[in-house]
Formats: sequence, structure tokens, C-alpha cells
Amino acid sequence: MSSLLPGLYNYWIVIFLMMTGLYIVISRRNLIKKMVGLSIFQTSVFLLYISMGKITGGTAPIVAGPDTVYSNALPHVLILTAIVVGIATTALGMAIIVRIHEAYGTIEEDEILAQDLRPQ
Amino acid sequence: MIEAHLPILQIVVPLMAAPVCLLLRRRALAWVWATLICCLSLGISVHLLRRVMEEGTIIYALGSWSAPWGIEYRIDPVNAFVLLLVAIIGAVVILYAPASVAKELSDVRGSLFYATFLLCYTGLLGITITGDVFNLFVFLEISSLSSYALISLGSDRRALTASYQYLIMGTVGATFYVIGVGLLYMMTGTLNMADLAVQLKPVMGSRTVLTAFAFLSLGLSLKLALFPLHLWLPNAYAYAPSVVTAFLAATATKVSVYVYIRFFYSIFGTDYTFETLRLDYFIVPLALVGIVVASLVAIFQTDIKRMLAYSSIAQISYMMLGIGLMSVTGLTATLVHLFNHALMKGALFLAMGCVVYRMGSANLTDMRGLGRQMPFTMAAFVLAGLSLIGVPLTVGFISKWYLVLAAIERGWWPVAVLVLLTSLLAVIYIWRVVEVAYFQKPSDSATHAVEAPLSMQIPMWVLVGATLYFGVSSSFTSGVARRGAELLMGIGP
Repeated sequence: MSSLLPGLYNYWIVIFLMMTGLYIVISRRNLIKKMVGLSIFQTSVFLLYISMGKITGGTAPIVAGPDTVYSNALPHVLILTAIVVGIATTALGMAIIVRIHEAYGTIEEDEILAQDLRPQ
Repeated sequence: MIEAHLPILQIVVPLMAAPVCLLLRRRALAWVWATLICCLSLGISVHLLRRVMEEGTIIYALGSWSAPWGIEYRIDPVNAFVLLLVAIIGAVVILYAPASVAKELSDVRGSLFYATFLLCYTGLLGITITGDVFNLFVFLEISSLSSYALISLGSDRRALTASYQYLIMGTVGATFYVIGVGLLYMMTGTLNMADLAVQLKPVMGSRTVLTAFAFLSLGLSLKLALFPLHLWLPNAYAYAPSVVTAFLAATATKVSVYVYIRFFYSIFGTDYTFETLRLDYFIVPLALVGIVVASLVAIFQTDIKRMLAYSSIAQISYMMLGIGLMSVTGLTATLVHLFNHALMKGALFLAMGCVVYRMGSANLTDMRGLGRQMPFTMAAFVLAGLSLIGVPLTVGFISKWYLVLAAIERGWWPVAVLVLLTSLLAVIYIWRVVEVAYFQKPSDSATHAVEAPLSMQIPMWVLVGATLYFGVSSSFTSGVARRGAELLMGIGP
């Protein structure tokens, strides 16, 4: 039980980042800050995957002879894909924010909402 | 030779065709190309379904790397059915598109629209066909990212905020999904769906699997807009261009419902999902509340596209109810309704597309007296609306019939009664449109309106015809759905 905290520190970091990201997405009213939160949230998942591929004493999976312990490379490869997806999401989100700024003149959610409620 | 590779061609053809659209540059050329591809894709999916029904499950190993190592595409009656649905809607919507796109998206390069459309289409087909959970995530993101882009093209500036909101919620949902998949991978070391089902058995009791289950059910519920996680849907459907709304309303949430079924019936298995964790205690109440609340909200909408969006949430709740009933009949009801709802909602949104094409808005007050000016469009709307209510001889009746049957089979009389009573709510919101369109003096804009062009009418009537045809002769839909349901419940071949 005593090894729970230091022994699994990478998972604690993952959980901390995940909650931070999700909290920012929920609580911030600024569209860009929301995107920042979303990116942190996604990054925490990358760390989760990378952590699980690590095997104690394992090395990079390049054939080095018998009796060598290799880390599992598959989660890393998966995360390469997920990183690309994350970048695409952020880019698209930012592009939409630019368009929103052109249309509304603001990127604060409250002001956008107020403008929508006002009869045009 | 080529026949063996049809499963991969279903995905690769539209995926490769999307960038070609960009090279074509001219709007009309891009449209012809996209139409060609969608029709080809439809042909492939018809062929796949026929083969699956005759020969049983088709397994295709990508690059000949066999199952647990490589990605495999596994087609059984369930996803062959959903593939066919996506392909039909794709083909109909693309045929309908040119006039509507030219009018509503005049300042957007047409080739860009068709390229994004094809990407979205590919993503949805990919989600359905794949037998690999991470591959599913990639396709999920392909379809989601392109649908955010498509929604943001709407002419109203609120389309932008709707698209942004959908992007945030959709990404959170998809990320939850990846977390769930990661946790499952931790416990089993596999990403293949069939293999996961086997490998999960010995570790079912662990807390990691339980956490994975929670993340997956929440993430997927967000994606399919299960009440109360539906907040992204009404605005996204109301402000997106008409063509996009029709396509997404008919396919995107349906494909998510399919993924939900796949995960909780095929991978986790009914024993774990419904006996140990009692997921039905979670989704049945939410579905029932969702049906009532969303139908009630729909009644008070003045924008008809928005009204239909709320109606979609109610209809999705019917599908979730079928999943929660946990029987062959219940699942048959879900699968049949998945198909039927896509046909009628597609037809309704295409009819609204015709109205928007002539009137520039889907507002109820502008639609006064439209029944005389646009008789064919409004007739299509009424017929598809009757189907939404569940009048006999339409597909809606078949869905409701199975759903009520499943509820009675389970002994849940109040649920059966509620399903019938909520149909009356659908009568109210469809009647509001009928009343305004047929029994009121034409509004200023309606007096100048004329019938929509034939290029839009024909695809719309194809869908309306399908709602009537499958309503009278339901042996095809219910036959395939029953085969699929038996497979999912683990009985039969």
C-alpha cells in the first residue's frame, strides 16, 4: 500500500492532468482557454498510454539479441496516431474560434450568448 | 479476385476519392465524382450484406496480418445492415445536394464541401466495418472532425458556436472512449473486438475493467446524444446546412448506437453488462425520461429543424430503450428503428431542405399556407411525419410494434403504455406544422414560393417511398435485424 503513491507516480500525474484539463473545459468561459483545457485533457491520455507500454528493465524494441526485455511499442504507436488526431482537433477548434471572432467580435462565451439572445 | 477485397474497398474508395474532389476544383465536377463514389459504395454494401446473409460473417485481415496482431474487418449481419443504411443515406443525400449546396453555401468552394462530405462518409463507414477498437477511434475522429467542419458551414453565425460546442463535447466523448480502450488494453493486451471478448472473461471482476466500462459507456452516450448528454445536438442540427443536417441526423448518431451495442453486447457480453452491472437500470430510466422530455420540448419549438432535432433525441431514446430491454425482440426493435428512423428523419430533413431552399428559413411562422405553394414537399413532410408518429403502413409502426412487443415480453406494461402515449406527443408536433402549412393564410414569403426543383424532389421522394415500402413489406428489415439480434444475444448461428 505504501508504494501506491510514489510507485505509481506516473498515473497520479495522468489523473491530475486529466482532471485539470476537464475542469478548465467545464469552468472557463473563454473559448481559447477551453481549447487549452481540452489539449491538456487529451495529453493526459497520451501519458496514460505511454506509461502502460513501459516494462521494468525493458529497452526500446530494436532487436538486440536473446534475453533482452523490450518495452511494448504498440501503445506508443497508438499514441502517435492519437497525437495527430489531437493536433487536428486543436487546429480545427482554433479555426472555428477565428471564424467566431470574425462573426461576433468576441471569444467570451457569455458575450456570444448575450448577442444571440438579443433580437437581430 | 476483387470480390475478396470488397470490405476494404468500402473504406478505401471514398477515402481516396475525397482528395480527388479537391483536385477537380469545379463544383459540378466534384459533385459528379462524389455521386459516382457514393453509388459505387452503395453497390459494395448491398453486395456485402447479401454475402453475409448467405455465407455468414466475413473476416478480412488488413494486409493479410491475421487477427490479434493486425487490424481485421469483421462483417456480420449487424454491421452489414448499418453499412447499408449509411450507404443508402449517403447516396440519396449526395444526389439531393447540388441545388441546395449551391444556394446555401454559395460562398464556399463546392469541391471543399464534397471532399469533407466524403471524409465524413468514410469515417462513418469505417466505424461500422472495423473489428478493431483503436481503428474505430481513428474513424470516429475522421467522421467527427469532418462533421464539425460541415456544421460550421451553416449560413447563420450560430452554426459556428454550435459547431464549437459539438467539437468540445465530441472530443471529450471520444477521449473518454480512448481512456476506456486503453484500460481494456492494459488488462488484455489486445485491441481486436472478438479477441477482447475472449480475453476479458477471466479478468471481468477487476476494477480496471469496471473503470473502462464506465468511461466507455459515458463517452459513447455523449456521442450518441443519450439524454441528458444531448446538449450539443439541437443547435448543431438546427444551424448546419440542410444537406449536412439530413446526412448527420440520419447516420451519425445511428452509427454511435451501433458502437454502443457492439461494446456492451459483443465485447463485455450480456452477463457482465446486464447481470453484474445492471446497465439497464441506468439506460432505461434515462431513455424514458429522454423520450418524454425531448418530445415535450419539440412541441414548443418554432424552428422546424430544431423541432426535428429534439424529436431525434426522443427517437434515439427509443433505440436505447430497446437496448435496455435486453432481449432478442428488444434488440430487433433497436436495429429496425435504427434503419427506419434514418429513412424517415432523412426524408423530413430533406423536405425541410426544400423549404429552406425556397423560403430561406425553417421558421414555423414563415411556413403558413405553404401546403398550397409547395404541395409535393409538404406531402412528403406529412408522410414522413406520419411515419415518425407510428401510423400503420409506415416504417414507424414496425419499430413501435417491436418495441411494445419487447416491453410486454419483459413484463414492463407501463413502459409499453408510455411508448404508445409518447407517440401522441409526436402527433402534436407534426400536427403543428400541418395546421400551419395547410389551414392558415399564406405568409408574405409563402405566396411567392414555388415547388422545389426536381433534383431535390426525387431523392426526397425516394426516401419517403422507402418509408412506405419498408412499412408495408417489413420482412427484409426485420429479418436482417432479427438475425443480428440473435447473433448479439449469442443464440443462433
